[in-house]
Amino acid sequence: MTKTKIKFENVEFTYIPPNGKPVRALERLSLDVSENEFVSIVGPSGCGKSTLLYLLGGFLPLEQGEITVDGRKVSKPGPDRGIVFQHFALFPWKTVRQNVLYGLERKTMDSAQRNELAQKYIDLVKLTGFEDAWPAQLSGGMKQRVAIARTLVTDPDVLLMDEPFGALDAQTRGILQEELLAIWGLTRKTVLFVTHDVHEAVLLSDRVIVMSARPGRIKTTVNIDLPRPRNSEVTRSQNFAGYCDEIWSLVREEALVASGVKA
Amino acid sequence: MTKVAIRYAPIGLIVILWELSSRTGLVSQDVLPAFSDVMVRLWQLSADGEMLVHVSASLFRITCGLALGIVVGSTLGFLLAASITAQRLVQPTLTFLYPLPKSALIPVIIIWLGFGNSAQIMVIFLGSLLPIVLGAYNGAKGVENTLIWSARSLGANAIETEWHVIIRAALPDLLAGIRVALALSFVLLISSEMVGAQRGMGFLVAFLGDGGDYAGMFAGAFVISAIGFAADRAYLALYHHLLRYREA
Repeated sequence: MTKTKIKFENVEFTYIPPNGKPVRALERLSLDVSENEFVSIVGPSGCGKSTLLYLLGGFLPLEQGEITVDGRKVSKPGPDRGIVFQHFALFPWKTVRQNVLYGLERKTMDSAQRNELAQKYIDLVKLTGFEDAWPAQLSGGMKQRVAIARTLVTDPDVLLMDEPFGALDAQTRGILQEELLAIWGLTRKTVLFVTHDVHEAVLLSDRVIVMSARPGRIKTTVNIDLPRPRNSEVTRSQNFAGYCDEIWSLVREEALVASGVKA
Repeated sequence: MTKVAIRYAPIGLIVILWELSSRTGLVSQDVLPAFSDVMVRLWQLSADGEMLVHVSASLFRITCGLALGIVVGSTLGFLLAASITAQRLVQPTLTFLYPLPKSALIPVIIIWLGFGNSAQIMVIFLGSLLPIVLGAYNGAKGVENTLIWSARSLGANAIETEWHVIIRAALPDLLAGIRVALALSFVLLISSEMVGAQRGMGFLVAFLGDGGDYAGMFAGAFVISAIGFAADRAYLALYHHLLRYREA
């Protein structure tokens, strides 16, 4: 029996835009994620996928319901929950190395240990030789590698990824997906991964959660029963195509609802 | 080399035209003393130490006023961005002061603070305050949430996030505000010295002009422009150095 790592219980969230009507983003949402599980969340635009992640990150105030990690209530951001954003969110005034070191500054270790650890993760994301580059000098794919290294180096319990490859070109995305699979194989973090890309969700995940159009609820959960370790080879299998079709048609129904067209 | 020549050729041309129009009597020497006379006067005023006294008085005032403006202005701007209460308290005053020409305050401040350094320093401080407050405020307000959230989820607390991320990310806007303040400070320095000082470049120019020494007056104006130009160049060099991470 695997241990529950993350628990959402009857979570509700309403956005209040500065000059507009409140928008109900999430409604009575409950979800369990097991330790070492890779779970993706897909759904139409505006369904609250990212809101879900931001609530777990502690970035938005939880109004109703409860979110726990290892049984502890989430109330504010913390280093137990690392996050990678779509637009990288690197500190532009810090070099690659300084970005990766930032999360280690508050850990009790000497600077030699810090540098060694930072180097290990810079090597892991294949940025050896770019330690002293500024983010502005890097391509999108390289920036996201830095962001991944910056988050993993602090060894968070849970990794939150908010459409991390959504801003990258198709080739770079494919390469980074495979690398994430390889890195995940080594670290086995619990991952909650938000994406628009059904193909990506099936490739990476143990389980794919399909969310309904706003207000966001869980529509269906699809277990992805594909062998691990995986690489892009798996995408050629019959089963892979089957999962993609199934999830894609579920998302499509909701996307039609979201765009106001009757399904 | 040719590029430099093309850039500075117009200035050379203006100097030549200036010299010619004055020497040929096209323009009266009382209105426009010849460039060479101005340079001679500049040399004389510099050689007898007169110029240095006034330059140092002016530099002292602008340094104090601007430094005060930077410290108070950036603190205020960051506070306003961080606290809604602070914003509610201070915003109306700022909105009221914003369109007010700061030079209008010069006579009032001289009445309050007299003819010493403090009046000019106060005028410069008040004039530089608003662009700096706005620079800091807009910079801090414009910081992307994801940068703040990244820092928080990497273990930084709220105070560390303010120092390491918000103030750091606001730097480009703050520095742009300070540059505006720097230019404004020169205007306020010179105009306040013209009416309420016994030393300083503004005083010197007004004094020489009143005494009919037009070449001397032009020499003074020349020094003011040179200092202003050098200050702006030096500031730009600092600006580009501090923001070098953006220029990759």
